[in-house]
Amino acid sequence: MTAPAAPARLGAELVTVGYGGEPVVRDLTLDVPDGLVTTIVGPNGCGKSTLLRTLARLLKPTSGRVRLDGDAIASVSTREVSRRLALLPQSPIAPDGLLVRDLVGRGRHPHQRWFSQWSPRDEEVVERALRMTDTWELRDRALDELSGGQRQRAWVAMTLAQDTDLVLLDEPTTFLDLAHQVEVLDLVTRLNRERGRTVAMVLHDLNLAARYSDVVVVMKAGAIVTQGTPTEVFTTELLRQVFGLDADVLDDPRTGLPVVVPVAGQAAASGGTVEGSASTAAASCGT
Amino acid sequence: MAVLHAAPLRLGALSWLVPLRAALVSLAGLGLLFLLVAVDLSVGDFPIPVSDVVSTLLGGGDEGQRFIVMELRLPQTVVAVAVGAALGLAGALTQTLARNPLASPDILGVTDGAAFGAVAVIVLSGASGYGGGLVTGRLQELGLPLAAFSGAMLTALLLYLLSWRRGLDMQRLVLVGIGLGAALTAGTSYLLVNSRIQDAASAQVWLSGSLNGRGWEHGRPVLLTLAVLLPLSLLLVRSLNAMLLGDDAARGLGVRLQLAQLGVLVAAVGLTSVSVAAVGPLEFVAFVVPQVALRLTGGSRPPVLASMVAGGVLVVGADLLTRAVLPFPLPAGIVTAAIGAPYLIWLLVRANRRRTA
Amino acid sequence: MTSSIAAEPAAPASPGVRRGSARVLGLLVLALVAAALLSLALGSRALPIGTVIDVLFHDDGSEAATIVHALRIPRTVLAIAVGIALGVAGALMQGHTRNPLADPGLLGVEAGASCAVVIAIYSLGIHDLAGYAWFAMAGAGVAAVAVFAIGSTRAGPDPVSLVLAGAAVSALLLAITQAIVVRDSETLDAYRFWVVGSASGRSLSVFWQVLPFLLVGLLFAAMSTPGLNLLQLGDDVAASLGLTPWRQKALGIAAVMLLAGAATAACGPVGFVGLVVPHLARRLGGVDYRWLVPYAGLLGGLLVVATDIVGRLVVRPAELQVGIVMALVGGPAFVLLVRRTRMLKL
Repeated sequence: MTAPAAPARLGAELVTVGYGGEPVVRDLTLDVPDGLVTTIVGPNGCGKSTLLRTLARLLKPTSGRVRLDGDAIASVSTREVSRRLALLPQSPIAPDGLLVRDLVGRGRHPHQRWFSQWSPRDEEVVERALRMTDTWELRDRALDELSGGQRQRAWVAMTLAQDTDLVLLDEPTTFLDLAHQVEVLDLVTRLNRERGRTVAMVLHDLNLAARYSDVVVVMKAGAIVTQGTPTEVFTTELLRQVFGLDADVLDDPRTGLPVVVPVAGQAAASGGTVEGSASTAAASCGT
Repeated sequence: MAVLHAAPLRLGALSWLVPLRAALVSLAGLGLLFLLVAVDLSVGDFPIPVSDVVSTLLGGGDEGQRFIVMELRLPQTVVAVAVGAALGLAGALTQTLARNPLASPDILGVTDGAAFGAVAVIVLSGASGYGGGLVTGRLQELGLPLAAFSGAMLTALLLYLLSWRRGLDMQRLVLVGIGLGAALTAGTSYLLVNSRIQDAASAQVWLSGSLNGRGWEHGRPVLLTLAVLLPLSLLLVRSLNAMLLGDDAARGLGVRLQLAQLGVLVAAVGLTSVSVAAVGPLEFVAFVVPQVALRLTGGSRPPVLASMVAGGVLVVGADLLTRAVLPFPLPAGIVTAAIGAPYLIWLLVRANRRRTA
Repeated sequence: MTSSIAAEPAAPASPGVRRGSARVLGLLVLALVAAALLSLALGSRALPIGTVIDVLFHDDGSEAATIVHALRIPRTVLAIAVGIALGVAGALMQGHTRNPLADPGLLGVEAGASCAVVIAIYSLGIHDLAGYAWFAMAGAGVAAVAVFAIGSTRAGPDPVSLVLAGAAVSALLLAITQAIVVRDSETLDAYRFWVVGSASGRSLSVFWQVLPFLLVGLLFAAMSTPGLNLLQLGDDVAASLGLTPWRQKALGIAAVMLLAGAATAACGPVGFVGLVVPHLARRLGGVDYRWLVPYAGLLGGLLVVATDIVGRLVVRPAELQVGIVMALVGGPAFVLLVRRTRMLKL
C-alpha cells in the first residue's frame, strides 16, 4: 500500500456518520491526495456515497471531523467551501425548460454577488466549461431535450464552471451507456491532467475505476479495506473478500491496467449466493 | 441560429444578466397595467375621459377632476395594483421554493388564519352594518385588517414551530399547513353557523375578497411591505435559482439553505398576510398568475417581476370588470377566480390534448 | 438459478412489516357495531343500551323509541355510510394519484355539490335536505365529469393534471357559489348550515336516496382494488402484468367520484376523513390495497360516528356539527402524525 507523497487539502479524520440510526461510516480516516484522481469503490451499502457527501459537507459527522486546507470544514463558511470544492450529486434534478447555458451559469454562484451577477470573468469561465465538455453547440438547448450523455456533460460543465481546485463526483456515470460513461470519464481525466484539479469520485464499475483512477479506495461496511493504485488494489483475493466475487484479474494489453473478469458459472461451484458481478453492480450504494 | 436569450448589463464593476423575453413581457405588462389603471380611474358615477385621467395623473387636469381621480378613485385602484403585485410575487416565490406549480401560499394555512381572525372580529363584535351589507366605519378601517393580519401571522408562527424538526422540510411544512388550515376553516365555519345572519352575511362578503371601499389606510401597509420585501425577494432569486437544482446541488453551490428557505417563506407569508388583511382572500391570484407569467416569459421558473405585473393586471382588471362591466357589484375575489380558473382549465386541456402519456 | 435455493425453507415475514388480516378486519367491524350502538344511546339525553336494543326491534311509541328511530338511527346510519364512503374514496384517491396528500375533495366533487345546492336554494327555493341531496349528487357528477375530462390525456387520467383540473374547477364553482350567497342572505342562511357538514337533521330517506350511488361506488372500488396494487409499480410494469392501466384508473376514479359525491350529497362536505383515514389504515394494514381499502372504509365509519358522538356531547345540549369536530380534531391530529413520521421522499 503506497501512499501518494503530496499532502492532502481535503481529508476525513476518524469520521463517523449516519442518517439518524446506525452509523453508516465508522471511524474512517482518509486523505484525498491533491492533483490526483481518487475513486471510492465498494459493494452496495458500504457507505461510499455517504463518505463523499460528508467530505462535501452535506452531512455532519457525529464524531471526528472533515478537514479542508487545515481547518475543520464545519468552521469554514458555506460560500468559502463552495469556492474551493464542487460537488456533482447523484441523480441531479433540474426544472423543465432550463437551458444548458443557464445550468452551467449556476456554477458561478459562489463567485457572484447581488451586484455582480454576470461579470466578464463569469462569461469567460462558462464558455470555457462549455467548450471543454463539448456542450458549446448545445448551449441554447433545453436540458430535458438532451440525451443522457449530453445532459451529464452539461452537469459536469456546471461543476467545472464553479472553478474549484477540488471536484467531487457522486456516481457520475449512472444510467449512461458505455460510450457515454467513457465520454464523461475521459472528460474527468482531462480535467485532472490539463487543469490540475483534484478529483474524488464514487464509481460502482470496477473496470472503469481501474482505468481512470490514480488511487482507488476500497470500502466495505463503513470502513476502508485498502487503498492504492489500481494495480495494487485489484487482486483476486480482494475481490473475493470484499465483493464476494470469484474473478480473474487480467492485464489490459493496451494500458497494462487491471481488468476484472468474473469467473462464469460460479454459483453452482461455490453453492452460495452471488453478490453481483463487477460490471453490473448497478444499484447505487446506500445514499 | 442563435437566439439571444439574455443580455449582460454592465456598469463598471456592477453586472447583471437581463433575460430579454421576460423583460419585454414585463414592460408590455406595465404598459397594459397603466392603461387599465387609467380606464379604471375613468369609470364611475362621473365618467371622465381617459385622456383627462392621464393628464390628471401627470399633474394637470381641473380641480374637480383632480378630486375625483386622486382622492376618490385612486386609493382603491392603488390597493388593487399593490395587492395584485404582492400576491403575484408571493405565488412566484412559493412555487419556486416548493419546486411545484401546485404550491401557493394559501395551502400553508396562512390565509385560513387570516380569515378566522377577520370573521371572529366580525361575528364576535357584532358590529356589522345593515343586514347583508359591508362592515363599515372604524371597524373596517382598523380592526378587521389588524385581526386578519394577526391571524395570519400567528398561523405562520405556529406553522413554523410545528414543522421545524432539525431543519425545515418543505413537505412537512405543506402537510402541517394543510392540517392547520383545515382546523382554522372549521373554526371559521363554526363562527359562521353560530352567528346572526347579518354578521354571517358581512363575513361572507369579506371572505369573498373585496376591493370595495378600500382606501389609503389599506393600501399603505401593502405598499410598505412591498417596499421591504421586494428587494429581499430579488436578493433571494439567485439562491432560488440554485435551490431549483436540488438541496444538495444548492448547498454545493454555496447557498445557505435554511436561511434562504426561511427568507423566502417570510417574504411569501408577509406579502400574503398583508394582502389578505387589506382585501380579504383573493382566490387564485397567487396560484395562477405565476404560471401564466411563466408561460408568457418562457423560462424555467415563475418569473418574479413579470408575476408582479401580471398580478396587478389581473386584480385591476377584475376591479374594472366589477365596477364597469357587470350589471351588479361582485366582490373582486369572485371575479379573479372566474378569470383565473377558466384560463388554467384552457391551459390544461391544451397541454393534455397533445400528451399521450 | 441454482436448485439449492429451492430447497431452502420460506423465510418468515420480518416482524416490522404490517400485514392485513381477517382478524383485524373482524375487530374493526365489531368496533363499528359497538360505536353504532353508542351512537344510538348517547346524546343530549342518554339512553341505557338495554332500552336501545329493545326499541330497535319494536317501536313501542315511547319517547325513547322516538328518539332512537326518528333522530338517532338516521344520523348513525348516515354517519357510518359517509364515513365508509369517504374512507374508501380517500384510500383509492391516494392510491391512484400515488400521493399521500390526496383527498377526494381534490376532484371538485365537494365544490360541485355545494354549487348545485346553492343554485337549488336560490333559484328553486328548495329548503329540505332531501331536495338538496339530488342536486348535490347532480352537481358532484357534473363537476366530476368536467374534472375527469380536463385532467385526462389521450392515455387516460393523469394524476397531476387531475388535481390541477380539480383545483381549477373547484375554484370556478366556488366563485359561482360565493357570487350567489354574497348577494342573497336568505340563501346564505340556508347554505351555511349545509356546507358545514352534518349528520343531524336528516331523515332516513336521504340515506335511501344516496344508497344506490354508494353501492355502485363500492362495487367499482372492489373491482379496482386488486389492480391498484399493480398500478403502484407504474403503468408499464402493470401493463406487462396483464392490466389495462387506463381502465383501472377510470374505474377507480369513477368509484371515488360516486362515493365522495354520495357522501357530500347526504351530509354536506365533511373534510379530512378522506385525507387522514388512509394513513391510519396504512399503519394497521400495510400497503396492500386489498386490505387497505376495507380498513380505510371501516376506520372512516368509526371516525365519523365517533366525531358525531363527540359533537353531541361536548357542548350539550347544543351540538357541534360533524364537519367542524372532524376538522378541529383531525387537523391537529394530522399535524401530530406528520411530526412523528420521518419525511421520506415521495
